[in-house]
Amino acid sequence: MAKLEYDANGRLLFTEEMRQEYTILVPQMAPYHFEYLVTAMQTEGLNAELLRTTDYALINEGMKYSHNDICIPAMLVIGQFIDAIKKKGIDKHKVALIITQTGGGCRASNYIKLLRKALRKAKLEFVPVISLNANGLEKNPGFKLTPRLLHKLHDAIVLGDLMMNLINQTRPYEKKPGDVQTLKAAIDIRLQSYFNHNSLFTWGRLKKEIAEILARFQALDLTTESKPKVGVVGEIYVKYSPLGNNHLEQTLEDEGVEVVTPPIYDFFLYSFDSRAHDIKRYGGPKKEYWILKLLVWYVEIRREKIRKAMRAAGFQAPIAYKKLKSLIKGVIDVGTHTGEGWLLTAEMIDLIQHGAPNIVCTQPFGCLPNHIAGKGMFKKIKSLYPESNIVAIDYDTSASRINQLNRINLMVSNAFRNMKERS
Amino acid sequence: MKTYRVGIDIGSTTIKVVVLDEQDTIVHKSYERHMSSISESLKRMFETLRDKFGDQKMHFNFTGSAGLSLAKNIGAQFTQEVISATSALRFHVTDIDVCIELGGEDAKIIFFDGANVEQRMNGTCAGGTGAFIDQMASLLDTDAAGVNELAKNYEKIHDIASRCGVFAKTDIQPLLNQGARKEDIAASIFQAIVNQTVAGLSQGRKIKGRVAFLGGPLTFASELRKRFIEYLKLENVFMPENGEVFVAFGAALEAKEVRLSIADVIENIKNYRKRHKAGMRKTIEPLFKDDADYQTFKERHNLSQVKTGDLASYEGNAYLGIDAGSTTTKMVLISEDNELLYSFYAHNRGNPVALVRKALLAFYEKLPEKVILKKAFSTGYGEELIKHAFHLDGSEVETICHYNAAKHFNDRVSFVIDIGGQDMKCFKVENGVITSIVLNEACSSGCGSFIETFSESLGYEIADFAELAVKARAPVDLGSRCTVFMNSSVKQAQSEAAKTEDISAGLAVSVVKNALYKVIRAHDVTEEYGDQILVQGGTFNNDAVLRAFERETGVNVTRPSIAGLMGAYGAALLAKEAARPHNHSTMLSSHALNTFTYSAKGAVCNKCENKCPLTVNIFGDGKKYISGNRCEKGAGIKISYDELPNLYLYKYDKLMQYQPDPEKTYQKTVGLPLVLNMYENLPFWQPFFDALGLKTIYSERSTKKLYETGQDSIPSDTICYPAKLVHGHIESLVKRNPDFIFYPNMPYNILEKIYADNHYNCPVVAHYPEVIEANMTHVDLSDYKQPYLTFNDKKKFVETVYRMIKSYCKTSKKNIAQAYDIGMESFKAFRKDVQQEGERALQYALDHDLNTLVLAGRPYHIDPEVNHGIPKLIRSLNVVLISEDAISHLAEQETVAVLNQWTYHTRLYDTAKVIAGLSPRVNLVQLVSFGCGLDAITADEVKDVLEANNKLYTQIKIDEISNLGAVNIRLRSLLSTMNKEAKTYGEA
Repeated sequence: MAKLEYDANGRLLFTEEMRQEYTILVPQMAPYHFEYLVTAMQTEGLNAELLRTTDYALINEGMKYSHNDICIPAMLVIGQFIDAIKKKGIDKHKVALIITQTGGGCRASNYIKLLRKALRKAKLEFVPVISLNANGLEKNPGFKLTPRLLHKLHDAIVLGDLMMNLINQTRPYEKKPGDVQTLKAAIDIRLQSYFNHNSLFTWGRLKKEIAEILARFQALDLTTESKPKVGVVGEIYVKYSPLGNNHLEQTLEDEGVEVVTPPIYDFFLYSFDSRAHDIKRYGGPKKEYWILKLLVWYVEIRREKIRKAMRAAGFQAPIAYKKLKSLIKGVIDVGTHTGEGWLLTAEMIDLIQHGAPNIVCTQPFGCLPNHIAGKGMFKKIKSLYPESNIVAIDYDTSASRINQLNRINLMVSNAFRNMKERS
Repeated sequence: MKTYRVGIDIGSTTIKVVVLDEQDTIVHKSYERHMSSISESLKRMFETLRDKFGDQKMHFNFTGSAGLSLAKNIGAQFTQEVISATSALRFHVTDIDVCIELGGEDAKIIFFDGANVEQRMNGTCAGGTGAFIDQMASLLDTDAAGVNELAKNYEKIHDIASRCGVFAKTDIQPLLNQGARKEDIAASIFQAIVNQTVAGLSQGRKIKGRVAFLGGPLTFASELRKRFIEYLKLENVFMPENGEVFVAFGAALEAKEVRLSIADVIENIKNYRKRHKAGMRKTIEPLFKDDADYQTFKERHNLSQVKTGDLASYEGNAYLGIDAGSTTTKMVLISEDNELLYSFYAHNRGNPVALVRKALLAFYEKLPEKVILKKAFSTGYGEELIKHAFHLDGSEVETICHYNAAKHFNDRVSFVIDIGGQDMKCFKVENGVITSIVLNEACSSGCGSFIETFSESLGYEIADFAELAVKARAPVDLGSRCTVFMNSSVKQAQSEAAKTEDISAGLAVSVVKNALYKVIRAHDVTEEYGDQILVQGGTFNNDAVLRAFERETGVNVTRPSIAGLMGAYGAALLAKEAARPHNHSTMLSSHALNTFTYSAKGAVCNKCENKCPLTVNIFGDGKKYISGNRCEKGAGIKISYDELPNLYLYKYDKLMQYQPDPEKTYQKTVGLPLVLNMYENLPFWQPFFDALGLKTIYSERSTKKLYETGQDSIPSDTICYPAKLVHGHIESLVKRNPDFIFYPNMPYNILEKIYADNHYNCPVVAHYPEVIEANMTHVDLSDYKQPYLTFNDKKKFVETVYRMIKSYCKTSKKNIAQAYDIGMESFKAFRKDVQQEGERALQYALDHDLNTLVLAGRPYHIDPEVNHGIPKLIRSLNVVLISEDAISHLAEQETVAVLNQWTYHTRLYDTAKVIAGLSPRVNLVQLVSFGCGLDAITADEVKDVLEANNKLYTQIKIDEISNLGAVNIRLRSLLSTMNKEAKTYGEA
């Protein structure tokens, strides 16, 4: 059994020995992306396992081991972890946890600390927690973001965004129900082998892979009916995680609309960019500023090529990060970047401008940044874009689903009526 | 053949039906409460239709929140209720500007602006208007119609929190117990609904022009309409005929998609019900496996009996305890051997004085001559009022009474949990001393009485309702956040055809979870609190609640047979302790009680800017008792506590001294709103602008009224009260007409301690200026400046301010840099001064042997409208009060278990550390604003730091709620424990 080692501050480390023996549990935060993230980690010698549990017990665990007023993402992630460790058949001494750490003035930066607190309370303090972040916080000898792993993680997010966009654009129109799901399963198998490579410079392979994916989606047999488009924005966890948002994507598709969920990559770029912004506005190390700017620029070059390919194949591609950022001029300042900050406002405007004026703005109950950039901006957006049809939905473990559905239904009813009136 | 169109509106409490013929004429309508059994009511309703119209095919269209899943499942059409309401309105009238519809669960506003229709529904937190009226009605011992009747004769409106039903109840309950007039309370309830609707739904759009009123409450309650009309100054109101079935009418108009025969629909509903039984709902394990299981459980708990004596044959001394609780009044008489001689338990029906009088009269009748009443004590919410009214010998805060009673049952008791109607109280006992007291905060209030009012609304006695839960096979999970959320989950369960027994069991589990995970916040009760657990309070008389508690904690607990009487029993024990050989009780005799009269009238205390609404209770003998006051001044008592250090009052006065020089001529004026971080940074901004030749003008002091002037532009109803107040301050500033308004975005604060991980402000403090600009579009904000600033980089600061200011005044970057230095110096001097005063306060307490409380909050908590006069209340308890920022500099709390990244919060952790090293006479009380998400993190951490050092942790959650009844109890309990602990500490 691996020895427990601690750093100078008493933090339990994930050691090289653990890497060989332990299973790293990954919470399900965004189904399209995390599947690939886990695959990427597995091919790099990390024994990662995605938690797919959605049963009710985990909410109870979350409630037990976290403060009841903490937001639902923390509660569910903590609950999912502890529930998984407590399950029969798992060797508690051979698991580690991994969680993303974003930083910034939102309470989400605290999740990792809250998770450790919860583990202590549950007498699982010997379970190491790995922080996944791009800022070099909390290093672990057994988990190193090697250039190759970084590239693979990048690919996983890019591919996750692509698949999400393509599926959203095709599934509501499939002639034979289930076609898209079958296609996704086939592509997932292909991607397994895609991630299994040892080269560092992978752009050529990625390009080929994307061309193949696009071709397959083009080949789908779809109807030509028109459906209202409904955008989903909000706090990052409840926006993407079906566990957090009561299966919002499916709920909306069942209501007969096309769902448009903006890419997750923009959130990461926004996080880097925000740090750079603060250095420029309030002072800080110049070098870090340029590294961050360079990073955003580099990722965007690659993403632009993919967006081009999407458009060429007849799909609607998301807009460039720079363009997204320009949309908020005169609405909210780019300095507002706690939580989702201006990105949330920008995504709403982008959706409205690109045919999805109907929007569900998701937020955990009591989410502070959302008071500002979400609900706080509705009025301004409405005055600029009278066609906008936005509903804010609060997610909480105690909130009743019927209330959420009823509000979503109102927004969708209006979406249908507006579409009819315009045509 | 003609086809009828049927609109069926299934709301959270009622089912409404309208049948239209082809000429849009109503040929049938009905409105009934479904009493939680939707499918039953529907079946009945369809049978009526079949009898009237025969089994023909009709267009059915469902609407209303509870109809959503039902319609989908039986293949019928569904139209969202707001859409239905809109269609119905359009059919009747074309010139409506705004429509307000209040239902049992949801509130909606529709704005019509030509073709543009904007529809809004309330947020989750503000649910349950109709349900709220019903609950309040039961508090006032009447029904919804009765509330309306009462409201007709109101004289004054009390300030009642309007965020939600739970908060409002927290304000109403003490008002009732202090003897406020029911008529006034009834009208205040309606006013709270108006405020909630306006604050939650108008979001910057003015409600004006021709306004339509829809939905049950607005149709039936004339006084509610009147409150809306007066408050919004409406002149043109539209009330449709058939308002109660209006939405169903709209649905009938829209009915077209599918034609179904009545017989088919009935059959489908039956199948739907069956299908639902199979699953879908979130269910939990049954409370009891079977009958045998329940019997074992019963037998075990029957063992905890109190010794009883026979009053009729008893001779000797006896002691009386009266517990005037929030909803019930309890009375206990004990003998010299602590035997229970007599007990009484009844609902006070909103009139505790009358009830106690009646109970005492009945008591005197049974009291044999040979029994000598030595002492009588009161406790509970109405402790003071009852003591004064009936000339009792003394009173004690309820927590102490409960503890004394518990100790009597089990002297090894390690943990006591009491769930009453309104409050939950828990205390941990170590070596015979209470070492921690936990009381619920506002959100968890009223869980106990919620079960009761709910069972009443279904027509059950509470005992029978509890009995049902025992047999439940598939209890529904109803969440645990608060009763508003639970209520809405109940509605969902009902619409999914859940059985009443499963709901009853579910509620029991919800209340227990709320207590465990929200109030006690324990993950392992026995580990933290020991296994000698005693449960009490009326709510634990419910076997389902008791069982749920044992199951959730995994430990067998003791429930005394007098679980509901423990407060009174404890008071009686204390009365006995206080008895002296030759004294008899001063309590009014039966003769005096017979002629006892009592009246109450409202008044306002004008002794300070808090303007406390007072209730003056006048008794037959001319004695007066004043309640509602925050400090001794209101009660007419003249004691000067001005000597006593009180950092909250000190800081506030100090800040108000930063004023422009009346002699000086300034080039321009700048308006500063007195909000949020301005309460800390004003000592920078005033001298800074002064140095630039700008005269500072401030918004007026915060009041409830100021809040109301800005409440219709608040975009998010769950944000904290200090943020909501900003809207009123900006309104006030605009009226004072400065050359420009200055309200900066400040994402970063000052880094005060090097070991902090970062130095952010919370998102609301950082960026509320953006929200103001985006939402207060009805006022002229062309000269509103909200630059992004930091104090940490002078160069960047100067550049930004220069760009902003140059169009308003002649200045240079150099001038601004100099002004920055002046401001910084002033700010540092202010901080230093506060810290010195903090140290002086600590020393003063030591020198004068006084208790000290550190009220740890945020700088803006010194605003009297935000803290609701708590600092004055503390002063009146003769306690030294210190703020967190006055002593945080004394500690180095380098390692905390959380990310230490907010400056104000770093002060909290540091303060906790300071307190940890001080005597038991100094304690910390954390002040938390409702909606402050960050405090979910800080609260746990501060608690951990304190408890690791054997210190008490107390939290007070504040919001718009202005009644300090619960706060008073909490603080006095804490002080009482501190005194006891200090004594033990001194002896050791």
